[in-house]
Amino acid sequence: MLKVEQLQAWYGRSHILQGIDLEVKKGELVCLIGRNGAGKTTTLRAIMGLTGRAEGRVMFDGQDVLKLPTHKRNGLGLGYVPEERRIVPGLSVRDNLRLGLLAAHHKASEADVITEVAQTFPRLAERLDQDAITMSGGEQQMLAIARALVSRPKLLMLDEPSEGIMPVLVDEMFVLFSRLRDQGTTILLVEQNVELALGIADRAYIMDQGEIVYQAKASDLLADEEIKERYCSV
Amino acid sequence: MDGITPDLLALQLFTGLALGAIYVLLALGMSLLFGMLTVVNFAHGAFYMLGAYAGILLLGFGVNFWFCLLFAPLLIGGIGMLSERFLIRHLYGRGIDYPLLLTFGLSYIMVETVRIFFGTQGLPFDTPDALQGASDIMIGYFPTYRLFVIGVAILVIAALWLFLERTPYGLIIRAGARDPQIVRILGIDVARVWLVVFGIGTGLAALAGLLAAPLQGASPEMGASILAESFVVTVVGGMGSLVGAVVAGLLVGVVVAMTSLFAPEMAQVAIFALMAIVLLIRPQGFFGRAGLMS
Repeated sequence: MLKVEQLQAWYGRSHILQGIDLEVKKGELVCLIGRNGAGKTTTLRAIMGLTGRAEGRVMFDGQDVLKLPTHKRNGLGLGYVPEERRIVPGLSVRDNLRLGLLAAHHKASEADVITEVAQTFPRLAERLDQDAITMSGGEQQMLAIARALVSRPKLLMLDEPSEGIMPVLVDEMFVLFSRLRDQGTTILLVEQNVELALGIADRAYIMDQGEIVYQAKASDLLADEEIKERYCSV
Repeated sequence: MDGITPDLLALQLFTGLALGAIYVLLALGMSLLFGMLTVVNFAHGAFYMLGAYAGILLLGFGVNFWFCLLFAPLLIGGIGMLSERFLIRHLYGRGIDYPLLLTFGLSYIMVETVRIFFGTQGLPFDTPDALQGASDIMIGYFPTYRLFVIGVAILVIAALWLFLERTPYGLIIRAGARDPQIVRILGIDVARVWLVVFGIGTGLAALAGLLAAPLQGASPEMGASILAESFVVTVVGGMGSLVGAVVAGLLVGVVVAMTSLFAPEMAQVAIFALMAIVLLIRPQGFFGRAGLMS
């Protein structure tokens, strides 16, 4: 579904990604781990077309999307939940969800979508008319994920979804991710919480200094203390 | 102060509101452009002037005034969209001074073009027949046309509010003003939205110019003086705030009208004094967000 080949990216003059190769197959949940500053966020941003300059190939569904503007990449089925969640202040929960629905290619009505969201995220359903920015961090994260899901992306990219969120909610969220995968959404997950991420992922890539340094089945990596120690300990 | 009765004061208040209505239309457009696109539109006065001349042109073709009210803003808004698409768009993200200088230059081109085609002298603009004369508004007789101007402004404010708050397009505009990047991530082409916003902003300026023409005639320079005044309104209301544009527009209109009643020689200075006072007490204006420029 997603095949990244020799992807390089820059922020201003700094050369962040040194040539990334990674692949996410249909139906997989792949996680991308590594220390802070390894280039994980930049990788997702480059796939989404949000870095200034990028080179290489980003094949999505057989098409190179590297030169496409961000909104067209979303239109092809690339969903992205950025690290900072980006809940729009001054907009209600409902309006934030509507925003996700506006560019969707399916024909489901707003009412259908709200019903779906209510099943997955009951907390959001209770707060539809609240100014979204006044919710807790966990609820905002739920909204950011729900908002990315309403357009029914083929691939969902999540950047540090557990950051700054109560542990009990984090567990709930990871259960949701594996359920989404089981229901057919392909997922690329960037996560600091290595044990949790490897616990639900099929495969994993480890990044260091702008390069992919290791890849393995998640279950194998989960047992490999040495590699985890070398690349992921803080 | 002999002869200043409560009725006279009330009538002068209405005069101020009519003047304020013109300011509101101008400042709404200006605030929209600044709030969404961070464009300080120095050509706003020129678009206002073009609105009046578009009216003259259309009336000359035999279009009646009511259709002019619709077509002149559409025509000038179209010119606004062309200038966004081919000129201003390339300057987004380069800092506030680039579009400012560009629109400044653009205004000179527009004024000069009008001088070439319509002459350097101002042109009269007749009040449409149906709106001539005065109407009884309980406190006395008030020029019908000025009442009409107030009415149009109320309609436009209501329509703009409904558009922004109740339509999908309005939702995109509100979200895009706060965080254009997430709007792109969600699959929406923000550039197209900005084009429409520019059309709306300049179209509103044109409507204001057309409405002002029967009150003062049309001249190539009519935009230059009102540009400064509408900047005052926008700054007092808070740059980027639409509520601020409405409140400050009406306030400035009333202040000008009242000063010209009590101290006519101060009328020109009054609004700048008002701006100075407001900025001393509240630098971001009535409804502005602090630090928007930083």
